[in-house]
Amino acid sequence: MDEIAPEYDVVVLGTGLTECILSGVFSVKGKKVLHIDRNNHYGGEAASLNIEALFKKYGNYSPGEEPWKQYGRVNDWNIDLVPKFLMSSGELTNILVSTDVTRYLEFKQVAGSYVQQGAGSRATVAKVPSDAAEALRSPLMGIFEKRRMKSFIEWVGTFDPKDPATHKGLNMATCTMKEVYDKFSLETTTRDFIGHAMALYLSDGYISTPGQAPEAIERIRLYGNSVARYGKSPYIYPLYGLGELPQGFARLSAIYGGTYMLGTSVDEITYEDGKAVGIKATMSGMEPEMKFETKAKMILGDPSYFPGKTKVVGHVLRAICIIDHPLDGTSDNDSCQIIIPQSQVGRHNDIYIACVSAAHNVCPKGYYIAIVSTIAEGSANHHLELEPGLKRVGKIKEQFMSAPIPLYEPLEDGTKDNIFISKSYDATSHFETTTDDVRDIYSRAAGEELVVEGLREGIQVAEN
Amino acid sequence: MASRGPPGARGGMNTRFAQFKLVLLGESAVGKDQFDSYRESTIGAAFLTQTISLDENTTVKFEIWDTAGQERYKSLAPMYYRNANCAVVVYDITQASSLDKAKSWVKELQRQANESIIIALAGNKLDLVSEQPDKRAVSTADAEAYAKEAGLLFFETSAKTAENVRDLFTAIARRLPLDQVGPRHSRPGQRQGVSLNPESPNTNVGGPCAC
Repeated sequence: MDEIAPEYDVVVLGTGLTECILSGVFSVKGKKVLHIDRNNHYGGEAASLNIEALFKKYGNYSPGEEPWKQYGRVNDWNIDLVPKFLMSSGELTNILVSTDVTRYLEFKQVAGSYVQQGAGSRATVAKVPSDAAEALRSPLMGIFEKRRMKSFIEWVGTFDPKDPATHKGLNMATCTMKEVYDKFSLETTTRDFIGHAMALYLSDGYISTPGQAPEAIERIRLYGNSVARYGKSPYIYPLYGLGELPQGFARLSAIYGGTYMLGTSVDEITYEDGKAVGIKATMSGMEPEMKFETKAKMILGDPSYFPGKTKVVGHVLRAICIIDHPLDGTSDNDSCQIIIPQSQVGRHNDIYIACVSAAHNVCPKGYYIAIVSTIAEGSANHHLELEPGLKRVGKIKEQFMSAPIPLYEPLEDGTKDNIFISKSYDATSHFETTTDDVRDIYSRAAGEELVVEGLREGIQVAEN
Repeated sequence: MASRGPPGARGGMNTRFAQFKLVLLGESAVGKDQFDSYRESTIGAAFLTQTISLDENTTVKFEIWDTAGQERYKSLAPMYYRNANCAVVVYDITQASSLDKAKSWVKELQRQANESIIIALAGNKLDLVSEQPDKRAVSTADAEAYAKEAGLLFFETSAKTAENVRDLFTAIARRLPLDQVGPRHSRPGQRQGVSLNPESPNTNVGGPCAC
């Protein structure tokens, strides 16, 4: 077996998507990378598991039983632990194309994006309109409101943050989104689906924040551009599940010389004068297990590798549901997102449902996987918080729900101790915040902005 | 990096062009790195390609996936095996232990890959044995018996001199289901999903692969 090098430019801990993108980028940039995960699989918290592994992770069966056996071949299942989709015109798509990682993956459209109106027995779902023409056909609005919505969407299309002539007389530096909505005389329910189902804000805080209007408009525009790219919905999804994404970037890193070690636990991070300078680790799964030590110019990783260096900023509730029918009201689509805006069900945070199926090679034919999630608001009875979403899912064959999942953020930016920690995967329905984190970590760790365009041109390769 | 030539005849009457994913496995010192005879280096290439003309009308293109060293510490991703149509498992005929390792790769393939995967066993470094017969550590008969029992194609090769390499690829091509069209069988650019690349011509700068 080849020796571990005495020193690496970057040691990466955890193979979640954030870590794998960074590992890939650093390797392509010519850095010598060692990438470690304590698990025997790629993906960390953002892995996709087969159904046996999922049952075993949640432990919701009696000893001696093997409930996964009634669901066909276990390897036909790739169940995401974190429910997210890619925005077709979003930053992750851009990174995938720029790094050529698209070559290892195939993507499919998510068939529809829906929003719920009303609650309880009167709840209905309707497709989120993405352009002016769809707005005019949408059952979400009355006839006059449709026209106002049409002129709003058209204005968003022409909005240029740098050109005051497109600002409708509003001062974008201080303007709130409420003032923008007021300008177009949009009704409350319309504001609700624009803000939550198009701009994809999880709560209503964005409406009254001065100066936030340009960001909100940019998010609505991203939604529109993403729908325009392939039609149907703004989202795409990788065949075989989200776990393919970190694997693709790990392969990129390996191709450019990155060294991969799964099943390897970090025993100690070594420090000199308060700065991390290396690790001591043990690779198991072989006889005898291999203990080693190496130096590192910097260490990156997910929060689970750095207890004491992170804080909890909230909790997410998630229920993974195995069902054998499409979601009601979605035209029997093979996949969809349904957003239940907080205002419709008396909450402060939206409830999301993400549904994929055999069309995405994540389960055998006839099955669907729906994940219901929201940000926890109370300290008990969490299943009640998800209830409106679970009701929308309908008849459930298997449900996997854990205690509230803590969301971590690093306490420090890493410049003091050479340790750069990623954030947990948040409750948003897409990867835009993940790629923001990638860019943020890269700029702190590398001291320059990450430019992915043309990344693979004029490359350097680390000596092995 | 130079671009490889065009991948054989396409379209037209009575011509067939099929593309398959081939994975290359074996211990690091068995010489699998030189297995694609056109190969410059693994570094920076998503995968390499090898085109075989079976006859005037039939062209088979292999998309050859290297492990990129991820097998070194047992960290090969499931993605590597995903949709692989065929595999070449390489051992070194001058190292007896490398055949044992090859056998474990065959088991791994049978566990992880498509049930219909076509596996070829390649005993490499034939050039060394041709020069010095006493260097041989694995007899042809033993390896052949194992290959037969496990249902594998079998060749002794020299990736260095290219001896038998083309024959090996041709034998695999003849076993592949050329008439079935699956996600990996179609022509490049005709995947079942959506293409993420921008509409404008996006040349693949930086990769030696011309697929």
